[in-house]
Amino acid sequence: MKYEAPQTLDAAVRLLASESGQAKVLAGGTDLLVQIKTDVIEPDLLVDIKGIGEVRQITEENGGFRIGAAVTGAELEENAALVNTWPGVIEGANLIGSTQVQGRATMGGNLCNGSPAADSVPGLIAAGATATIVGPGGTRELPVEDIMLAPRKLAIAKDEFIVSFYLPARPAHSGDAYLRFIPRTEMDIAVVGAGVNLTLDEAGKITAARVVLGAVAPRPLLVPEAGEALIGSTLDEAALGKLATAASAACNPIDDKRGTIEYRTKVAAVIARRTAEIAYQRARSN
Amino acid sequence: MKHHISFTLNGDPVEALCDTDQTLLDVLRDELDMTGTKEGCATGDCGACSVSVDGRLVCSCLMLGVEMNGKKVESIEGMADGDKLHPLQQKFLEHAALQCGICTPGVLIAAKSLLERNPDPTETEVRYWLAGNLCRCTGYDKIIRAVLATAADMRGA
Repeated sequence: MKYEAPQTLDAAVRLLASESGQAKVLAGGTDLLVQIKTDVIEPDLLVDIKGIGEVRQITEENGGFRIGAAVTGAELEENAALVNTWPGVIEGANLIGSTQVQGRATMGGNLCNGSPAADSVPGLIAAGATATIVGPGGTRELPVEDIMLAPRKLAIAKDEFIVSFYLPARPAHSGDAYLRFIPRTEMDIAVVGAGVNLTLDEAGKITAARVVLGAVAPRPLLVPEAGEALIGSTLDEAALGKLATAASAACNPIDDKRGTIEYRTKVAAVIARRTAEIAYQRARSN
Repeated sequence: MKHHISFTLNGDPVEALCDTDQTLLDVLRDELDMTGTKEGCATGDCGACSVSVDGRLVCSCLMLGVEMNGKKVESIEGMADGDKLHPLQQKFLEHAALQCGICTPGVLIAAKSLLERNPDPTETEVRYWLAGNLCRCTGYDKIIRAVLATAADMRGA
C-alpha cells in the first residue's frame, strides 16, 4: 500500500486519477483505517489530503461559512461563530464517536464513508449545504443531499474528492438542530437521526423549513412534505402532528439489532418533533 | 513500502522505519519499544491506545505512523517527571482507580487532556470526556472520583 501526502488539490487529483488499482482519500481515517485493518477494503494507494490548505480551513464567505472537508469535529466545536450560527450542524458532527475520535473525524469523511446513519449529514442537508468537489476538470458544486446515493455509493468519481462544504448566509430568526436516538448515552450509531432547519418571520411564523431523517432509509432523506407541514405555523400541535405523520411516511428502514422497521418508523416521528421544537426555540432567540 | 519518519515523542526527537499500514500505536510499541500505550480493540472504540498528537487527544490505533512526520506525540511514558508521579497518577493510586491496568494509560492521558482544557470539570463533563475510554474492572466510579480529586488538588496548588 502506497502513501502520498500532496500539498495541492491538483496534485491530489493527479495521484487519484493515475492510480490503476484502488485509491482511497485519507482525511481523519477513523472509518478508513478500521476498514483497512479488518480487510473490508485493500487499497493500493492512500492519498492523505490533510496537507492541502483548502480542506483544513474554516472561513467566512459571503455571509456564510466555508468548512474544509478535513476539519475535525474538535476544531468545529472550537469555532464559536460557527457553533453560534449553525448549532445543529455542529452538534451532529460532534456526536461522531468519542473525544479521541473527535480529534480526527471530519464531515467530509463522515459523508464519504457512505453510511445512512452518519450523524453529521442530516444537519448539513437541512442547512442547505453544498459541497465543492474537485476533479480532473476542476471544481463542481453539488447539494449535500445529492452526494450519497445508497450505502457506500457516492455521486463522486474515483478521481474526485470533496474540498469543502458551504453553509449559506443565515436570515434573521433562523435556527437548526440535530437529534439522534441511540439505546445508550454515548458512543453508538443512530437508530434514527433528524436534522431540522427553520426560518421564522417577526411574529414567529415559520417561513422556511427543511427536515432531514437519517438511518431510516438507504441514504439520509430530505423530506419536503415534513418541511411543508411546518410552513405557515408557529409549531403548534397540529403542525407537529403533520410533521410526525410525514416523517413516519417517508421511512424505508431496515431491521437490525438496533431497531426494527416498525420501531424506527415510529421513533422517526418522535425524534423529528423533538428536533423541530429545539430548532424553533433557537430560531425564536435569534 | 517503507517510510522513514521522524517526530517528537515526549519531548525527544525519534526516528523510525514503518510500513504504510502500521499505525502510530504499532510504531510506538513495535518499532520504538514504548509499550506503555496499550492495544485494546484496535478500532477506536476503547481508548486504551490514547495519546496526544500536537496537543490533541487521539487514538493511536486510528492514525498511521507515516502521518507522524514533524508531529509532537505525548504518551504515558512522558507523564511522570522522573520518579515523581503526575498528580493524576498519584490520585489513581490513592483512590484505587485501577485493577488490571490495561485501560489506565489511556484513561490517564485522556484525563490529563481534559484538565489542561478545563481545570474545574463537573462530574458530567468528566464522564462525557472519558466516554471513549472503556474499563471492564472498576465500574468507572473510582476513576471519576480520582480525576475530580486531582482537579481540586491542582486548582489549590
